[in-house]
Amino acid sequence: MLVVNNIFKTFNPGTPDEVRALQGVSFSLDEGGFLVVIGTNGSGKTSLLNAVAGSFFIDSGEILIDGVDVGPMAEHQRASLIGRVFQNPFLGTAADMTIEENLTLAAKRGKRRGLGLCLNAAAAAGIKERVKSLTMALEDRMTNIVGSLSGGQRQALTLLMATWSKPKLLLLDEHTAALDPKTAKKVVELTEDVIKKHRLTTLMVTHSMQQAVNLGDRIIMMHKGRIVYDFKGDEKRLLRAGDLLALFNEIRRKEQIDISAAEMLQRNYI
Amino acid sequence: MTIFIGAFIIGLILSFLTIGVFISFRVLNFTDITADGSFALGGALAASLLVMNINPALAVVFAFLGGGLAGSVTGLLHTHFRIPQLLSGILVMTGLYSINLRIMGKSNIPLFSEKTVISCADGWTTAFWGADKKIGIFGGQIAAADMTVLLFFLMMIVFFGGALYFFFKTDMGAAMRATGSNPQMITALGVNTKAMIILGIALSNGFIALSGALLAQYQGFADIQMGLGMFVLGIANLIIGETLVGKKRLGLILPGVVLGSILFRQLVAVALRLGMNPNDLKLITAIFVLGALILPLEIEKFRKRKRLGGNARRQ
Repeated sequence: MLVVNNIFKTFNPGTPDEVRALQGVSFSLDEGGFLVVIGTNGSGKTSLLNAVAGSFFIDSGEILIDGVDVGPMAEHQRASLIGRVFQNPFLGTAADMTIEENLTLAAKRGKRRGLGLCLNAAAAAGIKERVKSLTMALEDRMTNIVGSLSGGQRQALTLLMATWSKPKLLLLDEHTAALDPKTAKKVVELTEDVIKKHRLTTLMVTHSMQQAVNLGDRIIMMHKGRIVYDFKGDEKRLLRAGDLLALFNEIRRKEQIDISAAEMLQRNYI
Repeated sequence: MTIFIGAFIIGLILSFLTIGVFISFRVLNFTDITADGSFALGGALAASLLVMNINPALAVVFAFLGGGLAGSVTGLLHTHFRIPQLLSGILVMTGLYSINLRIMGKSNIPLFSEKTVISCADGWTTAFWGADKKIGIFGGQIAAADMTVLLFFLMMIVFFGGALYFFFKTDMGAAMRATGSNPQMITALGVNTKAMIILGIALSNGFIALSGALLAQYQGFADIQMGLGMFVLGIANLIIGETLVGKKRLGLILPGVVLGSILFRQLVAVALRLGMNPNDLKLITAIFVLGALILPLEIEKFRKRKRLGGNARRQ
């Protein structure tokens, strides 16, 4: 389904700000697979996600989605294959437009947008039904602008929008990191439901070790633009949050980074 | 009475300008000062074509297309060559000054005997009401000819405003609004935001040039300077409209924009009547816009400080 083959990306090459974000990342993900990517800040996990989504073009290597080489395709051209939820809850929806209108935008993901009316009574009823399934009491506020909703509500909507018409690949970029614990739990539940229901192939980046062990059927850990660990099958099922943390500590020892950074890791990654 | 009818008609004509500014400034979040050039371009194109005895309706269409072309250049400069919005607009506006002079061949084209939309309206008036008919409204007497012109422009703005409202409710129009609201999201949903910006800025400047074309015909001449300050005027009209009807609902904003344009023109007419120097008009418009932009922020800041304790002194 998703094949990532030896991809490289360096930002600002040849300048003092040079960042080698991806240095030969390779993996493949089967149809219906759910891969969780973890790693320290600057490990390249978000860059990996952005490379697949097409936010930038990679320097070398290839990315195939469902057999299609998406390397040369611009971000908006890949949209017919990819559904995406951002870390920032405000990035996934258009604040000035109504809930209904946002969902009609999503219903046309990757399709031609002509001069037909984007919303009619039948479509509005269908949209309302699916918004109801979020159980967030948003179905009575269909004509409210999205800007009046909370971050959690907007993230739930974004999830619904990303999966409105079944995408070949779902990308989740730390999509609960900016939410309070209760809302995050709700959004995680919705995520699990929708992935199971549509049997979606998913690539998720997360900060939370607990999320990583609870969700998905495979974990890769990234460090300095490379994949350093890859757990799947029984190995993944037996993995606990503490094990992952031990691995982080091991990396830390190898890197000999100072104690304050270690404390930061403790705070952020358990 | 006649002076207010005149102001009313000019207000209607400038509504097209305000709608254009609304599309770029509000819908696309794009500060596009091509407006000053494309407004004059509209006037220049219309006047030059009318002098060549082209049908007035056709002249207006060409003005719209010319404005659209100018706008698409601005959009292209910004999206594909990454030139900042303001600079893209300034470059095209500056270039248009020479282009407008080329089109007109001189800096002013009077339209006296040419067939214009106004003379057409006069013809219809004579046909319906007979020559020199007066109509009583609000206790005053106005020429039937003025009334016909007013109704004609009113129908035109209803038609174009309605078409634009419908467009914004289509899949493409919704994608354009989303491009202004959240470009990253709509890119992830498969829309080429560059194309949307170019199309939107073209549409915006089409409306602005249309406004210039109509104004040239109404005032009876096109002038190379007629576009000066039009972007700021459009913003002023827009702000008044938004104050009247709010910013939230598209179905209200478009009529609000027309109301704002008319109201501002009426205020200007009153001020001129009371002896205001017409030369001060642009300064006053600019100060008005400045005030409307900074006052809400300053008031909010003041309130916040008061909430934090009225007596607390800043360090």
